[in-house]
Amino acid sequence: MMATIADWAAVGCLLVGALLSFAAGVGLIRFPDLLSRMHTAAKPQVLGLLLILVGIGIRLAPEPRVGVLVLIALFQILTVPVASHIAARAAYRTGRIRRDLISVDELQAELDSAEAAAQPDPGPGRN
Amino acid sequence: MTPPTDTDRPLMSIQVKRRTIRLHALLVLAAAWVVLFGELSVATVLSGLLVGLAVMLVFPLPPLGVGLRLRPWPTLTFFARFAADLVVSSARVVAQAFALGRMPHSSVVAVPLRSRSDLVLTLTAVTVSVIPGSVIVDVRYATSTLFVHLLGVEADAVEPARRNVLSLERRLARAFGSREDIERVEQAGGAT
Repeated sequence: MMATIADWAAVGCLLVGALLSFAAGVGLIRFPDLLSRMHTAAKPQVLGLLLILVGIGIRLAPEPRVGVLVLIALFQILTVPVASHIAARAAYRTGRIRRDLISVDELQAELDSAEAAAQPDPGPGRN
Repeated sequence: MTPPTDTDRPLMSIQVKRRTIRLHALLVLAAAWVVLFGELSVATVLSGLLVGLAVMLVFPLPPLGVGLRLRPWPTLTFFARFAADLVVSSARVVAQAFALGRMPHSSVVAVPLRSRSDLVLTLTAVTVSVIPGSVIVDVRYATSTLFVHLLGVEADAVEPARRNVLSLERRLARAFGSREDIERVEQAGGAT
């Protein structure tokens, strides 16, 4: 009886996880620019991955190899932010984003003022 | 960073050629190695300790700072809220992915964090990135400011979103931060 319940729980986790990963793929195609795609692409639905790992874990349960699944989840959560941050930063600074889709942008003003401060005063004669 | 001296050397550490090896970090690395092999034996534990030692000698890291604590109840609160946020915002991003018609607009919001410790700054950034719907675009280390790209957030939703990140920082500071972090965060007040 317990085994049946565990099996159904595993099936549920795997299916929902697969659905979330599929949604990530759809978002990747449908979202308009790199920053939006980042939300689904760079982190291939963290929750989807976690659910799939839980599903596998329930099936493997008594085995010691379940520990590897915990490591996968841990390192995925720790490394994904670094990768997505670097990609987003590079995209933003090289202008590969859709300005028309951004309502409020508080970074551009900050970058502009930092640039103005870094550059020496051009002096009189130039406006 | 001040160079480590014998007086402020942390407890539970050994000295290898002017490098301080913290034993608990070594144990964590060895444990990860053993888990990776999936069996507890003399061979895996010994090789894990050796590999951990090599890693720590080749890639030395600065110590995290003083006064860091792990408080059980706030930690539990943080993880519970994190799980809830993960589910709710995953659902929202899925809905946006399948939504017909107009593409979602988004915003890049500056969030000036209150705490000044590297650990709380890093943990906040990592958590914000892991939760779907928000990506860190840039970080101003000098002012502890995060620039967060928020999917589907337009001008009228910017303030609630900013408060969201700030209350996430508050929960993290309560769970893992130093006393100074908590004081800074509590002083700022605002929504919980």
